[in-house]
Amino acid sequence: MATEKDGVWVTESEEYSFAELVAVSGLPEAQLRELVEYGALRPANAEAASPTFGGQCLLSVRAAHRIQGSFELEPHGLALVISLLERIRELEARLAHLHAQQPRRS
Amino acid sequence: MKYKDYYQILGVARDASHDDIKKSYRKLAHQYHPDVSKDPAGEEKFKEIAEAYETLKSPEKRAAYDQLGAHRPGEDFRPPPDWEQQHGGAQFSFEDLDLADLFAGLAAQRHGAGGRARPLRMAGQDFEASVQISLEQAFHGTEVELQLGMPELDAQGRLHRVAHTLKVRIPKGATDRQRLRLRGKGGKGLNGGRDGDLWLTIILHPHPLFRVSGHDLYLDLPLAPWEAVLGTSVEVPTPGGAVQLKVPPNTAAGSRMRLAGRGLPRPAGDPGDLYALVQITVPATSGDRERKLYEQLAAGSDFDPRANFAREKRSGD
Repeated sequence: MATEKDGVWVTESEEYSFAELVAVSGLPEAQLRELVEYGALRPANAEAASPTFGGQCLLSVRAAHRIQGSFELEPHGLALVISLLERIRELEARLAHLHAQQPRRS
Repeated sequence: MKYKDYYQILGVARDASHDDIKKSYRKLAHQYHPDVSKDPAGEEKFKEIAEAYETLKSPEKRAAYDQLGAHRPGEDFRPPPDWEQQHGGAQFSFEDLDLADLFAGLAAQRHGAGGRARPLRMAGQDFEASVQISLEQAFHGTEVELQLGMPELDAQGRLHRVAHTLKVRIPKGATDRQRLRLRGKGGKGLNGGRDGDLWLTIILHPHPLFRVSGHDLYLDLPLAPWEAVLGTSVEVPTPGGAVQLKVPPNTAAGSRMRLAGRGLPRPAGDPGDLYALVQITVPATSGDRERKLYEQLAAGSDFDPRANFAREKRSGD
């Protein structure tokens, strides 16, 4: 049995190029550009000549690929779903934070 | 090979129209898709549904599937004689084959058929898995073993599901729902295509003392009333070992005391913090001596814990 080396944590502090998003997502480049254009994927540095993306975008494009394959969504609908899933993820993190601050004992 | 009833999985009759199959698939996908469903069993259920739809949505694959005949789900069966030649032109070893792999194999061999000079380069499949670890394992880093069944082509181009046991090191830096990417540890690429990745989701077991928010931890710190008033020094557990915490006099219930850097380590940068949330607890019963002391305190103190009620009432008058 092989022991694998450490994996890489997917975090917001990591930066990924657009080309990496294309490679990871399995989606056509044009479709990913549409997701950026519609605001579903937000670059960490939108003004830069070669924008980079945080780790959450890496996870979002993977979800985009799965969802598109499963529901056969057109790009605008897919962008909307990805944006809403991101909002849900943020709200879940906020809820977990609030729960953590609630004392267990009364 | 075990039979799977794709029609039953999608909840349609064997003579259902393409539109009915699609409609039923979409309804079930909304219910069980892992990206939208909260059902813990949803992911496995969705895999079944997607596998069934992948075959039944294609007229060619559906015809091939129908020719396998109807069997009970889970029943061992063999395709009719010459079935594989009719639909793929290759010999299969059916004993250790999954029905999904059989149809994937047919598609791959159709690609290879027709005398094309260059076989299709295909990236390996990415795999998703989740693993539960304790907070202590996340703090120190740990190793876990994963059992994964990966479809692979053998030297003759036949598809088999091969069981792999991977020992994966989970470095420090994990928190709940954190994702770890292991490049090249997914399915094997074909004809020079890159190997897929393994994407691990880390789930932290709930801890009896600590609650987790990102890399910060929260701990209830019960104090006796006199400890809160007089101040004290208490031993507080942290994942890295107990530390002494100085509680200043007149500490109110609900106060949050921060122990910087005593939370979970981050993948990069400073570790998270630990917050002790002060709770003032009273004994379930009090003895005579305690009651007398409290009565003396009540008589001698001019503290009004509800002074704000009176202020509010005056301002409303």
